[in-house]
Amino acid sequence: MIEKADVWQGTLALMVLKTLEALGPLHGYGIARRIEQTSNNLLSLNYGTLYPALLKLEQEGSIASTWGVSDNNRKAKFYRLTPAGRKQLKKEAQDWEQATAILARFFSPSGGPA
Amino acid sequence: MSRLAGMIFKEKREQELTDEIESHLELHIADNLRSGMSPQEARRQAILKLGGVESTKQAYRERGTLPFLETFLQDLSFAIRQLRKNLAFAFTSILILALGICASVSIFAFVDAALLKPLPYKNPNRLVNVTESIALFPRANLSYPDYLDWKKQNSVFSSMDVWDTTGYLLSTSEGAQPVRGARVSDGFFRTLGVAPILGRDFYAGEDLPSAPHTVMLSYATWQNRFSGRPDVIGQSVALSGVPHTIVGVLARDFQFAPAARAEFWTTLHAADSCDVRRSCHSLDGVGRLKDGVSVQTALADTTSIAAQLEKQYPDSNRGQGAFVAPLSETIVGDIRPVLLVLLAGAGLLLLIACINVSSLLLARSDSRRREIAVRSALGASRQRLVRQFATEGLVLVGSGCVLGIVSAEWVMRALIRLIPAGMLSGMPFLQGIGLNFRVVAFALFISAGAAVLFAVTPILRVSLADLRDGLAEGTRGSAGATWRRFGSHLVVAELIIAMVMLASAGLLAKSLNRLLHVELGFHPDHLATLNVAASDVSYPKQEQVAALARKIVSNVSNLPGVESVGLSSQLVMNGNGNTDWIRFVGRPYNGEHNEVNEREVSSGYFATLGASLLRGRSFTDADDSSKPLVVIINRAFARLYFADEDPIGKRIGDTTLTPASIKQIVGVVDDIREGSLDSKILPAVYYPFYQSPDTDFGLVARTTSAPQSALPMLSGAIHQVDSGLGTVGESTMDDAIANSQTAYLHRSSAWLVAGFACMALLLGVVGLYGVIAYSVSQRTREIGVRMALGAQPGSVYQLILNEAARLTAIGIVVGLACSVAAASLMSKLLFGTQAWDIPTLAGVAALLAIASLLASYIPARRAALVSPVEALRAE
Repeated sequence: MIEKADVWQGTLALMVLKTLEALGPLHGYGIARRIEQTSNNLLSLNYGTLYPALLKLEQEGSIASTWGVSDNNRKAKFYRLTPAGRKQLKKEAQDWEQATAILARFFSPSGGPA
Repeated sequence: MSRLAGMIFKEKREQELTDEIESHLELHIADNLRSGMSPQEARRQAILKLGGVESTKQAYRERGTLPFLETFLQDLSFAIRQLRKNLAFAFTSILILALGICASVSIFAFVDAALLKPLPYKNPNRLVNVTESIALFPRANLSYPDYLDWKKQNSVFSSMDVWDTTGYLLSTSEGAQPVRGARVSDGFFRTLGVAPILGRDFYAGEDLPSAPHTVMLSYATWQNRFSGRPDVIGQSVALSGVPHTIVGVLARDFQFAPAARAEFWTTLHAADSCDVRRSCHSLDGVGRLKDGVSVQTALADTTSIAAQLEKQYPDSNRGQGAFVAPLSETIVGDIRPVLLVLLAGAGLLLLIACINVSSLLLARSDSRRREIAVRSALGASRQRLVRQFATEGLVLVGSGCVLGIVSAEWVMRALIRLIPAGMLSGMPFLQGIGLNFRVVAFALFISAGAAVLFAVTPILRVSLADLRDGLAEGTRGSAGATWRRFGSHLVVAELIIAMVMLASAGLLAKSLNRLLHVELGFHPDHLATLNVAASDVSYPKQEQVAALARKIVSNVSNLPGVESVGLSSQLVMNGNGNTDWIRFVGRPYNGEHNEVNEREVSSGYFATLGASLLRGRSFTDADDSSKPLVVIINRAFARLYFADEDPIGKRIGDTTLTPASIKQIVGVVDDIREGSLDSKILPAVYYPFYQSPDTDFGLVARTTSAPQSALPMLSGAIHQVDSGLGTVGESTMDDAIANSQTAYLHRSSAWLVAGFACMALLLGVVGLYGVIAYSVSQRTREIGVRMALGAQPGSVYQLILNEAARLTAIGIVVGLACSVAAASLMSKLLFGTQAWDIPTLAGVAALLAIASLLASYIPARRAALVSPVEALRAE
């Protein structure tokens, strides 16, 4: 169970970073909704798992948080990307693209290992 | 780092998470409401989507802090709670551990200071002690001409220098004062690799007779006698009447143990009668090995030079070999075996302390079986249980370690204060002993060892027991038996160690006793002694010195309470040495060196000491330079050279039988101990003091009352003769013997080991008591049944005492074998005592047996008083 969560958190973190890059500062709920929307609701995110992931990113210095007020005037904690987070995102996005490209070759009809 | 901070701000963080989740829910509910849900449904969906709030919080918390550290803190507070619940157990364990750690750390600090810390010189491991070696003394002295040849011809030392301890008369405002000094060759300090902090070092050639007299001051002398003034450089100071220019001041931390108390460091100025003779050995050498040269190579090289010189100068150099050994060996060689034995003793004490505490822990974990079972039933993993016990062990060791280190610091100071000042100043390497990095590291190392032991013990325990058994009411299952077997093994180990330590202490005590009762050849009671120094400048002629000595003798003998007075060029027990080579008139001679102790003594000397004259006559006041030369020999001399002849009337002389050296033997005196208590008796010749008087001599007076009270009067009477005389070393003979280095080393090792042994005995016996008492408590029902079936109290006693006797017997028998082995290892410290000294071993075994019997009698008595009805009902 713990191992599954780790893998999940790995990709979750990337999604969080990408979301923050695309939308700017956002609160936890907003991030969760955006991830679901982006995935065309194919991903069913358990919102509770988001917060430990956010904390981890914050501890690593990829994101920073401040308390603010949401669009509909509610107090919420807003997360934003730090310069280190931007760098991290760039690197992880590259890694991810590379990994998917490699896998894609395995599954493309002509590119299988001969 | 932020995780660590997370632990500290845990509560704030929790609050923030609660707020954040609250805000999340509000946002979600608002969205849900907008999409048309009922308020109830909106809230339900939001919470459902979030997942369990508590599990989120838990996941968040685990990210926010270090879970391992957190459970450790939980364990820690639980452990402290557990220990506080059983204060007696906690205090006993911590005290026992602190005792063991304190003893080991204190002794280790001494070992560190003396044996591990490098000497404060440049590359000290390249420095060697280089000197001549003869059959009588493996480490003898160098003569000045030999030194020059060795220095010139050797190919193994990058530099070689010599030193010699000496004394000077310093005129101070309180009159003439004898001070200690050292004469060194020009490069001595450069060879050691030390530089003066003020002024300059001796330059090359400054040790030649033609060079002006210069002196370097020790730091303490500069401070005490010259109030630390920087302008002392260039000033002149008169040493024994000879003006010396002060050229330098040595560093505060400079130390040289062989001349530790030297205040004034002068150059050799090889001018006196001894320095110019190849046959007069007064120097000691230090060399710095060239790169890549080993001590063995250096020894081989110097030995071949010595052999060469022996061929070249057969008269003076016959039998003069070479000695080369690391300088540290010369400096700490004497105390190394003592320190190692003490360290071993302290280590064994620590071991016994650890065994004791771990058996206490075991017994405790046994009585906590129910608790363990309940906790494991409630879901505690075995790993978690073990960690809990390990934490408890850590708390014990941690507290014991802190307490041990703190008390060790105190014990070290106390031990240092116990060393007589004179002896301490001869061991400058002990300066600044204390908790340095190595000592603390050692303390932490042994504590870590103990911690591992205590962590392993309960792991063993938890794995041994089937945890489910613990829940069953009143089980007396395999666990109790296992612990009993394991606990008894531990106790046997404790008894063996106690036996070894008691036996060692017994043997050392016996050695000390033997040493202090060694045949002295004189009666040390009621003797007051001191040394007198007169200046060669004031008394240049022999007749003047003789007249001075006569006057001193007559002045001192007229003191009230003084029975008789004697003088000697060297007081008894000062050390073998100051030897002479003799040859017999009328006997064939092939150049061998008949080496004998040589002393010049006054007419009253033998009578004052209480030495017995075996044959012939003693000296009289009439034996002076106007009379034919005479000599008195000791019994060892007579036995060696006159096995079956009467020595009286025979004549001896120097190796060439120069007419001026021929003396007639007029008497034989019984062997007087000239060397230390444990040294052998050498053949000795005694010449009349007034036939060859010296400006440095010892005086001994026999008093009618306590000799302490006569000491001040003695110096007074001597200064009455000439206020320019120096007196030093006022002491009663009894004190001088008791404070001699040999006696001191034996006494301190005997007392310390005895102290360790007593603690070991106590701990061992307490351990035995614990095992037997536990066994009785476990067997209460069995005993009840036995008694209900008609067993008499006597047979119950027997039942319990048999168990104790079996353990004790194993401990004693194995302990005896180990004791003999241990004693053989420390044979260097034994004097006149064999490793298998039967009375000591038997006495120690009896002591241990009686102590064990007493310790097991208490629980046996409790067992015998068990009421069968209660024992059965208690189940």
